[in-house]
Amino acid sequence: MQRRVYMDHAATTYTKQEVLDEMLPYFKEIYGNPSSVHGFGREARKAVDLARERTAAALNVSPEEIYFTSGGTEADNWAIKGVAWANKERGNHIITTSIEHHAVLHTCQYLEKMGFEVTYLPVDSYGLVYPEQVKEAITDKTILISVMFANNEIGTIEPIKEIGQIARERGIYFHTDAVQAVGHIPVDVKDMNIDLLSLSAHKFYGPKGVGALYIRKGVKLHPFIHGGAQERNRRAGTENLPGIVGLGKAIELAVSNLEENSKRLTAMRDRLISGVLNSIENVRLNGHPTKRLPGNANFSFEFIEGESLLLSLDMKGIAASSGSACTSGSLDPSHVLLAIGLPHEIAHGSLRLTLGDDNTDEDIDYVLEVLPGIVKRLREMSPLFAQHKGGKHYV
Amino acid sequence: MEREIYLDNAATTPVHPDVAEAVMECMLHDFGNPSSLHRMGLRAEKKLKETRERIASALGVDPEGVFFTSGGTEANNLAIIGTALARKREGRHCITTKVEHPSVLNTFKYLEKEGWEVTYLPVNRDGVVSPDDVRRAIRPDTVLVSIMHVNNEIGSIQPVQEIGRLLKAQGNSPVFHVDAVQSFGKLDIKPVQWGIDLLSISGHKIHAPKGIGALYIRKGVKIHPLQWGGGQEKGVRSGTENMPGIVGFGEAVRWLEEEVDRGYLYRLKGILVAELTERVPSAVINGPPPEEGAPHILSVSFPGIRGEVMLHALEEKGVYVGTGSACSSRRGHMSHVLEAIGTKKDVAQGAIRLSLSYLNTEDEMRQTARIIGQCVKELEGFVRR
Repeated sequence: MQRRVYMDHAATTYTKQEVLDEMLPYFKEIYGNPSSVHGFGREARKAVDLARERTAAALNVSPEEIYFTSGGTEADNWAIKGVAWANKERGNHIITTSIEHHAVLHTCQYLEKMGFEVTYLPVDSYGLVYPEQVKEAITDKTILISVMFANNEIGTIEPIKEIGQIARERGIYFHTDAVQAVGHIPVDVKDMNIDLLSLSAHKFYGPKGVGALYIRKGVKLHPFIHGGAQERNRRAGTENLPGIVGLGKAIELAVSNLEENSKRLTAMRDRLISGVLNSIENVRLNGHPTKRLPGNANFSFEFIEGESLLLSLDMKGIAASSGSACTSGSLDPSHVLLAIGLPHEIAHGSLRLTLGDDNTDEDIDYVLEVLPGIVKRLREMSPLFAQHKGGKHYV
Repeated sequence: MEREIYLDNAATTPVHPDVAEAVMECMLHDFGNPSSLHRMGLRAEKKLKETRERIASALGVDPEGVFFTSGGTEANNLAIIGTALARKREGRHCITTKVEHPSVLNTFKYLEKEGWEVTYLPVNRDGVVSPDDVRRAIRPDTVLVSIMHVNNEIGSIQPVQEIGRLLKAQGNSPVFHVDAVQSFGKLDIKPVQWGIDLLSISGHKIHAPKGIGALYIRKGVKIHPLQWGGGQEKGVRSGTENMPGIVGFGEAVRWLEEEVDRGYLYRLKGILVAELTERVPSAVINGPPPEEGAPHILSVSFPGIRGEVMLHALEEKGVYVGTGSACSSRRGHMSHVLEAIGTKKDVAQGAIRLSLSYLNTEDEMRQTARIIGQCVKELEGFVRR
């Protein structure tokens, strides 16, 4: 049988057996509505409380500051719209970056239509945001700074602590989309002066459909979903009980094994990166060489369409991505790759391989064995490559 | 202790074993992100499409009109705020009833703060709104009418078919939203024939997992998204699809469509009511006559006994019921629904809600009536007359 290698963990992860085992009883046995006052409800409530404690412990915050949502997208929408509407008397200016996830970018664009002003900070060629530029962008109307913890496409880790420091000194709320970071690299909310933080379970081996927003005590923000009094009146809707239980277990597992896992993934990643750079010509690594997520490798191959590359890899059993999963259906080049200064044609030829706990050294060997041949074959079919090589036509 | 009897199915239901299996399978093996281009992604996308079609077929609507959400609450929020924002240039008046679920009522309260005007229609003693009242409340600037199909506390069924028809006869035709969270899977719903533009449903009320729901949006009805991002669900609802939830929802709907006898719940309710009224003649049924209400909801009061006391007494004997709706049960005040149907305060405070599912048995109905009878007898000893 053909080897199957899943290297798209930034798009979504499988759910770990230990996580699933904890979730199972909450479907058929302890299935009460946590708002019900009877025993079924009380047991359900206890499970939600435990998950909240585990999540809080993982982030070094108090459980009352954790609010469960339907995922990272809702957490981002809630944080940004919630702060904007609740603080519009204080000002209408928001600072973010040009490489955020669409859950942040499109929410900010929506707010622009509603009369808010948004500054989209540029990044350098590694995708790094400069704290100095954040400082310079602040006006007396600034109510929110939203900078992602780590980028989902190129894996660059942003200087969150420094930006948090600036925001705290100026009394401006600081939100970070930490969907790619939590469970993968250390996140200490208190130490980093974070006021709001979004996370999503299915990026760290929890189930899809559940996430959380950390809201520091005292932060003013409007509810996003109205209705019953769940989540202390801030997020209505029957709690996704098994999902929340799964999130709690997954985050606990991820954080307790973080150092070890991160070391293992970093070593594999670096071997993958150097292997690709050494065996293929006209290729560049996107993102920072060291300030990057342990599992993230992102390359641009000149003279190649990323989609053809993906399909060829898929035929060899390797699941990868050209950018983020959310935009992979679209033909526009990635906004992140354009922001780090890649020309359109090169941005089109990019490949994201994101490693996870199920990957092995043999998986890396396999990718390194298969990839150069695929790139060579695709380039041989490319008229651009032919021109580059001086007029040899293969088509 | 005797076997446990769970009769709080309007709050939430146990996941059906077949559903749980489908959910597990999805989490462990078919875990791809439907937006991914590789095989894992395509497989997820196929499952997503199949489930959308299954739910659409249960409602008799076009699959293109089914949009997945995180649950009934989000579906109601999206329907109401989404319509209000999309049509704000045409008018800022909405109509609803006094007996809606909090996810509808509190969303309208929010809109009121933002400058919309909302008419809250009364209901009669059975908890039913009058189509004539709806007609009279319509103004030239009315953009939305939102009326639930089945009330979650007392089970009254609203004449949504008639209301839909009269709204479609209006010149400016306000958008008609129906919160069908309690009726989906239990009563017939025909959005197309009944003139319903938007319809909310939820998974965990029909033995699918919590955290999944859907909003049906009739083709051509404009909805302003609430949640922005990766453009999933055709841009109406961004965010990675909750695939295990969606797959579970589909499996639950398949089970309901293929294996369940729709008349069963009325039979169960009939037995429960007959046995209960025989054993406890003082019992007061709140809301519509049992045979006119929804097949799975019965609100009943025992004069002189507070609902919470009754609930705990029943729990001691292994019977789990609700007081009012689960969403408001943690706050002490009187149910807005019982207030709206003119229930006296002492009767309202004595209300418990028995809500059934297809997994309950006839024997459980008889046992429940017997246990309630026992509890009433025991508790009456403590009540001062």
